[in-house]
Amino acid sequence: MGNTIAVQIDDLTVAYDYKPVLWDIDLEIPEGVLMAIVGPNGAGKSTLIKSILGILKPIAGTVTIYGKSYKEQRSLVAYVPQKGSVDWDFPTTALDVVMMGTYGSLGWIKRPRQKEKKAALEALEKVGMLPFKNRQISQLSGGQQQRIFLARALVQDASIYFMDEPFQGVDATTEIAIINILKELRKAGKTVIVVHHDLQTVPEYFDWVTFLNVKKIATGPVKDIFNDDNLTKTYGINYKVSIQE
Amino acid sequence: MDIQEYFSLVFTDYTLRTITLGTAILGAVTGMLGSFAVLRKQSLLGDAISHAALPGIAISFLITGAKDSNTLLLGALVSGLIGTFWIRGIITKTHLKSDTALGLILSLFFGFGMLLLTFIQKQPNANQAGLDKYLFGQAATLVESDVWMMAIVTGICLFVLLLFWKEFKILLFDKDYAKTLGFNSKAIDILITSFIVLAIVLGLQTVGVVLMSAMLLAPAAAARQWTNSLAKMVFLAALFGAFSGVFGTAISASQNNLSTGPVIVIVAAVFVLISFVFSPSRGLLFKQIRFIKNRRDLELHKTLAFMYHIAETHENISHPHEIKILNNFHGFTKGTLKKLVEKNYVTLQGSTWCLTNEGFKSASNLYNQLTQQDE
Repeated sequence: MGNTIAVQIDDLTVAYDYKPVLWDIDLEIPEGVLMAIVGPNGAGKSTLIKSILGILKPIAGTVTIYGKSYKEQRSLVAYVPQKGSVDWDFPTTALDVVMMGTYGSLGWIKRPRQKEKKAALEALEKVGMLPFKNRQISQLSGGQQQRIFLARALVQDASIYFMDEPFQGVDATTEIAIINILKELRKAGKTVIVVHHDLQTVPEYFDWVTFLNVKKIATGPVKDIFNDDNLTKTYGINYKVSIQE
Repeated sequence: MDIQEYFSLVFTDYTLRTITLGTAILGAVTGMLGSFAVLRKQSLLGDAISHAALPGIAISFLITGAKDSNTLLLGALVSGLIGTFWIRGIITKTHLKSDTALGLILSLFFGFGMLLLTFIQKQPNANQAGLDKYLFGQAATLVESDVWMMAIVTGICLFVLLLFWKEFKILLFDKDYAKTLGFNSKAIDILITSFIVLAIVLGLQTVGVVLMSAMLLAPAAAARQWTNSLAKMVFLAALFGAFSGVFGTAISASQNNLSTGPVIVIVAAVFVLISFVFSPSRGLLFKQIRFIKNRRDLELHKTLAFMYHIAETHENISHPHEIKILNNFHGFTKGTLKKLVEKNYVTLQGSTWCLTNEGFKSASNLYNQLTQQDE
């Protein structure tokens, strides 16, 4: 850990209008970390991920994945969007959504076949959703929908995973199930980057953290930089968390 | 001519056959593409596009001076596309929301189109009569070449749909995710929208500017009620659209002077109505039936659980108790008691009830069942 840089961001500035959402971000994410991005609402956490993935076009700055542009390294990256970003009443099944994870490697026109279906079923198994594979997605609970999204990313079999608030609106059981999968991914040498809201669980879940509030406040190992000083700088109020040793 | 006569003539009579085929194909292609518009929450886009096509018809008449339907529809296609891209432009470049952009373009283009139509009507040119048929459509003017045109466009549309099925699906469901996988979402988007414009323009002659959006939305809305699979939804929408076309033509041909376009739209609306009420999983009727049934079951279970708690305190579970004590409990009615007797859970003796062994057993299982269902 710490030798190879998985994601490198230089001078990244993004604005929706005249007001910058991200201002001059420099960030290096080492390979193999399980990293939380924390910051208040409107700090640009989702925007940062979307800019790395090329969904948003930055005003300035560059992003490289293992030294090359995202376009060249697409197959190394998987994305779990916010659950609320799609219409869950869409006429499709859980298995079908997970299969979408294989579309990238298939490319244009080619249809998913047995091999892709098998991979999707395995991913469903991993997140404990195999019994629900033929459910219409609107008939799944919020936690189950989140697990489906996670399974879709797992199918991509990537090296770097970006997740936008995967713990939002899920119950304790699902949260534990998800964090265990994330820890497994790290164990397998993958890099996992998570937009996270619950500051209490940061030391327990993550080994790396980035504080963000339009500008980058700090980044590094949780045990070194997750302290009241950085929290206060990021959230603007006197913040105190008790870190369990 | 009555409906029976119509169906015996439809295979032999040239005009009837042409019109029926035309409206059926039109219904199929608009139903198919309409599914995409509905799922993208762009239901009103069709309305804006069809209204935006009107000035194109007028302008191409002013330029060519001829009423050839292909030339006029080419004009409609161009102004429909211009309207569509202006809508897209307004949404992406300004802070206006899509409903505002749609309303703006719809009324602006339609107003301009009406202005040109009245201008044309004042011209000393005998040829201008009948241009206003594009407002409400006139299926009777369909000729064989129009139907061929529709068939070819539908064929191409179907081919593209099957070819890019996976891409269309992922764009509809999760556009940002599709982007990260490397799909050019803008290209797919433009492809879908262009086909929607094309289908609408094809229908202007038959159904008209004002009602065209119903052809797009009604079959898709009806189809969504019956299935949870995208492929089945698109297929059903095409089927409903085609049937609306055929039945609409049949009704209008068998009743004198009924304009075909509005009748087709009304038939499509009947499909929607039936689907909203009678669909097994999403329909209002079955929803209400399920609701009532669930509530009854719950009342029954609550009463049974209450009895169970009383019976539990006695050594003999079948010890008789007064019915009166049940009155304190919410959800108890004479009906529920009768049902419990029917199910052989309870026996009645005068003014007392006692739990049977069977009733005791199923009551003790109630709690377990409830927790299992939650999982």
